[in-house]
Amino acid sequence: MYGWEALYFNAKDGYAEALVRGLRRGLLTASEYTQLCQCETLEDMRLQLQNTSYGAALANEPAHSLTASALFDRCTRTLVEEMQHLRCQASQPLADFLDLITRGYMIDNVVLLVTGTLRERDVQELLEKCHPLGLFDSIGTLAVAQNMRELYKFVLVDTPLAPYFSECLSCEDLDEMNIEIMRNTLYKAYLDDFASFSEKLGGATSEFMSEILSFEADRRTITITINSLGTELTRDDRRKLYSNFGTLYPQGQLALATCEDTDQVRNVLESHSAFSAVTSRMSYSEGTGALLDKVFFEEEVKRAVGAFEMQFHYGVFYAYLKLKEQEIRNLLWISECVAQDAKDRIYDGIVYIF
Amino acid sequence: MVMDLFRSEEMMLCQLILPADSAHETITKLGEVGMFQFKDLNADKTAFARTYASQVKRCDEMLRKLRFFAEQIAKADIMVSPKAGVQRPYELDELEGKLHELETELLEANSNQNKLSRSHSELVELQLVLEKAGGFFEDAMRDVSSIQDELHARAHLPDGSSSPGPSIQTPLLNSATDGAAIELQVRRHPSTQPLCQASIFPVSDLVLDQETGGMASNSARLGFVTGLVLTEKAQAFERVLFRATRGNMFLKMAHIDGLVKDPVLGTKLEKTVFVVFFAGERARTKILKLCEAVGANRYPFPEDRARQSQMNAEVNGRLRELHVTLDAGERQREHVLSEMAVSLADWSVQVGREKAVYHTLNKLSVDVTRACLVAEGWCPVVAKGRVTDAIDRASFQSSAQVSTVFKELPTKEAPPTYFQTNKVTEVFQDIVDAYGVARYREVNPAVFTIVTFPFLFAVMFGDFGHGLLMLLFSSFLVIYEKKLSNVNNEIFNMIYAGRYCILLMSIFSMYTGLLYNEFFSMPMSLFGSSHYVCPSDPSLPFSRCEAGAKDGLIMNPELDTPYMIGVDPVWHGTKTELQFTNSMKMKMSVIMGVVQMTAGIFLSAVNHRHFKDNLSMICEFIPQVLFLMAMFGYLSLLIIAKWCMGTREHPITADLYHVMIYMFLSPGNVDCMDSITGKAGCSENLMYSGQGGVQLFLVFVMLVCIPWMLLPKPLILKKRHEENMRAGFNLLVEDDDDSSNGGNGAHAEFEFSDILVHQIIHTIEFVLGAVSNTASYLRLWALSLAHAELSAVFWERILMLGISLKNPAVIVACFFMWAMATFGVLMAMESLSAFLHALRLHWVEFQNKFYCGDGYKFVAFSFAEVLSEMHL
Repeated sequence: MYGWEALYFNAKDGYAEALVRGLRRGLLTASEYTQLCQCETLEDMRLQLQNTSYGAALANEPAHSLTASALFDRCTRTLVEEMQHLRCQASQPLADFLDLITRGYMIDNVVLLVTGTLRERDVQELLEKCHPLGLFDSIGTLAVAQNMRELYKFVLVDTPLAPYFSECLSCEDLDEMNIEIMRNTLYKAYLDDFASFSEKLGGATSEFMSEILSFEADRRTITITINSLGTELTRDDRRKLYSNFGTLYPQGQLALATCEDTDQVRNVLESHSAFSAVTSRMSYSEGTGALLDKVFFEEEVKRAVGAFEMQFHYGVFYAYLKLKEQEIRNLLWISECVAQDAKDRIYDGIVYIF
Repeated sequence: MVMDLFRSEEMMLCQLILPADSAHETITKLGEVGMFQFKDLNADKTAFARTYASQVKRCDEMLRKLRFFAEQIAKADIMVSPKAGVQRPYELDELEGKLHELETELLEANSNQNKLSRSHSELVELQLVLEKAGGFFEDAMRDVSSIQDELHARAHLPDGSSSPGPSIQTPLLNSATDGAAIELQVRRHPSTQPLCQASIFPVSDLVLDQETGGMASNSARLGFVTGLVLTEKAQAFERVLFRATRGNMFLKMAHIDGLVKDPVLGTKLEKTVFVVFFAGERARTKILKLCEAVGANRYPFPEDRARQSQMNAEVNGRLRELHVTLDAGERQREHVLSEMAVSLADWSVQVGREKAVYHTLNKLSVDVTRACLVAEGWCPVVAKGRVTDAIDRASFQSSAQVSTVFKELPTKEAPPTYFQTNKVTEVFQDIVDAYGVARYREVNPAVFTIVTFPFLFAVMFGDFGHGLLMLLFSSFLVIYEKKLSNVNNEIFNMIYAGRYCILLMSIFSMYTGLLYNEFFSMPMSLFGSSHYVCPSDPSLPFSRCEAGAKDGLIMNPELDTPYMIGVDPVWHGTKTELQFTNSMKMKMSVIMGVVQMTAGIFLSAVNHRHFKDNLSMICEFIPQVLFLMAMFGYLSLLIIAKWCMGTREHPITADLYHVMIYMFLSPGNVDCMDSITGKAGCSENLMYSGQGGVQLFLVFVMLVCIPWMLLPKPLILKKRHEENMRAGFNLLVEDDDDSSNGGNGAHAEFEFSDILVHQIIHTIEFVLGAVSNTASYLRLWALSLAHAELSAVFWERILMLGISLKNPAVIVACFFMWAMATFGVLMAMESLSAFLHALRLHWVEFQNKFYCGDGYKFVAFSFAEVLSEMHL
């Protein structure tokens, strides 16, 4: 039904789309970032944020407990409230789409909890650290599991994550390496699921989502490669973690699977024009993860902003979440810099959205 | 009063030079007066880089504390009527200290109270666990003994085995083999007696050995955990327990009636007591972790019955103690809160005012020496006295050594627009402002809107009965306006704000209803019955007057005047009723439209005169008037002439459409004379002699007007600009020093093509608009027709149909339906559509003739505004 969305889209999803476009208008602009960067204290930042979407959430925070992390929490809470509001306004299949978006956070939360329990942290403490978008009912009980099979059988069988587990039902005990493999396997299954769901929706949604999801897949492929350099992960195992789509699939992935240092990774990526921005930045710094992250974030933001150029598709919801998330990351960076008086580095960490 | 509204108040740009020590006081006084709009002189500075940012932050912090107090007071349900001026007002610093003190006190009280209530609820929960879990164990014991009795009895049967011991265990263990299935059943029916027997299987050997119900093990180590879990999580908890222990556990739960206060959250929730039995140390750690994960509170439960009752007594005692302490703490907290509640409103007002003052101070530019502040802003000339007076009082009160300097600045900047409205005129001003705020000192259409808006509405909504209903509603709003002012409903507030408009609308509707002679679509005979009679027999009723249907009625020779006011009731129900009312309303609409548009054009002349714009007066106003008058002014004249001139003997049958169309198609040839055959095609169109010449002249005038509007103005402007440039250039040559004072400043950006395009658009818009706007006024007729027809349909087809059936129940039902249709469709929907059409006629057809509407509103710094925004 490509091209016919205009006929019926607004009847069902017009309100939610209008909401999300309205919310997008509230995103901070470059000039607002410039003003935020001039702040001397966190209170200045609050004053500056007063007239933004965060104003109400920050107003009732007592001055003495205003820290960078409190600010981050409050801002995240506004994001969560907005997403929950959108979820309430959504009808099918948009509701399913919005649920799918949060699965990624669920995976992260599961991994966080399992890792935390391995290090014998307090469950409540870990729960507070979880991303609120990825919480589900029985998440706390994850702490009991000793291996993947148990994890699946005790808890996850009830959750939407269950189907993703079919790939990694081993009886091995959980250790850091296994958890990381689990995370990536889950993510691979999740991305596959998300991509096929968007494909089913058709129209502009599938067009945009396939593009941004294949970017996400590529990003994961590259990160997995770089993170697994010098570990005991075999080539085949590494290849198993790569997604089944994306611009690097399959030739690029084959090449990446055999890489043994960052130079080889760079050589592989240079043959793909889409990653010229990444490779040019990589060559200047010796594989620093933070910088690579920023490059990817910038790329992601560029794509997400593009989502709003089209109409009648669900990609805007995904894009808005990504943009707002990036904005909150920016605010966290700024507030950390302000709090730690490291203002010379303040501009390094900001990814401008507009 | 009305003349005040005609043009916006005169404004002046003022500069205040305030000594730093009296600045705060001065701004406060100006805020009380509320007649000074401060310009932001620090627009390039961010919010926190301004001089008084720290004070604003302090005020924000204080407001946060006040909000916190208000929330606490609302939670504690303390109702104290705030009394103003009970306590002497604090200075801001003092108040800040006081608020800080109170917050610390309150927070401390809260945390103490929380701790106490936490241990209180923990004890309550423990008590519940003791009670419920004790119940489980007792049940279990009873069951055990009954089973034993039964088994003993069975053992004594003749064919029974010799020793009772194994025979007791055997059946139990046998049935225990499919333990999981039974357990599931148990969980479904925890209360049913036979299944409760099964409930002791996992611990059967112990029970049988010791007969105490105790949990010390002999073969496998069996333990149990007791506690409370949220009822909503109970199901999930059970499922997870089952999975985690692979079914090797036994869970018993009992729902607690009523709500239990959660120790951690402090809110009342539904809870369930559980007892989990398990075997082995690993299971134990798992279950403990799970309890933690689902947020279940565990409590110790002694196995021994004696210790149970001892613990119960202890808990009861401690609960009593805690209760006393809690009560005392609560009383003290309430005391603190109620003290706060008395002056909370006062404090909020004070802090809100302070914050507003500092915000305003932030707009002032600070002198390099920091000794004085400079403010710039707009002030209505009429309020100058009040402003200077306030400034003087402020500098006197703050005993500043230097007094504040108030001076007027000459400016070319457009001042803000300020109208002094009252509660009646406000709504009409709002109607106009919704389109655009008037340019400074231009004619304000709101003055005319006060009358024309309700009138045009009424032309479309003309029905005496409906007007009466609306009058009742609007007078209710007006009479009880004080009481209704604090209703908080968005839609109601909108109607409430327009109450005076609705009142006028209803009065005008009754008037037009009288003219249309309609009362819920029925004609009224307020001024006697019809003035017409049947030509054959004057006494004959119209329904039986056949001659009347053929040739028409004749005027009653005794009266010989038309019906005194409005439409003669005889028209009602006749075949020609629609033709008559359509013709009347259509012509009336055109005349009213032409009158209103002409008024609009004349208002533009008033504007041109006020702004001394003779060029526009000659090149825009005069051709516009001529154009409109030549076309539609002439049409209106013909309409009125046709109304007046016709007699029964010499009726005027001219079709005015044709007259207008042929006026343009064949100018000068009114009666469509064929030049070859010499036969008049439409001789009825000739209404008076010399008509052809007059019409030819009018067409000529119109043709002249179009280039007149189009060309001279831009050309003259261009010429003027060139002259100015030359003069300015000469000036520069003559006197280099005086270059900044050149007279060409205002004309510096002159773009001839822009002005020409603008003028072309303006001309086209006017010429086409003259036709389309006049046609647009026909909506008056269309809506009036729709209204009359709808109400007639409801009356005839619902109410009258019901009455004709002569069944009381049907009549009641039909009346109800009619009333609903009248309210829903006519009073609500029709009135809304008539309102919107009246709005459009004002905004588009009337105002585009003269109204620029590109000004900006005067927003004075006023405490009244600030506080109403804070909802105080």
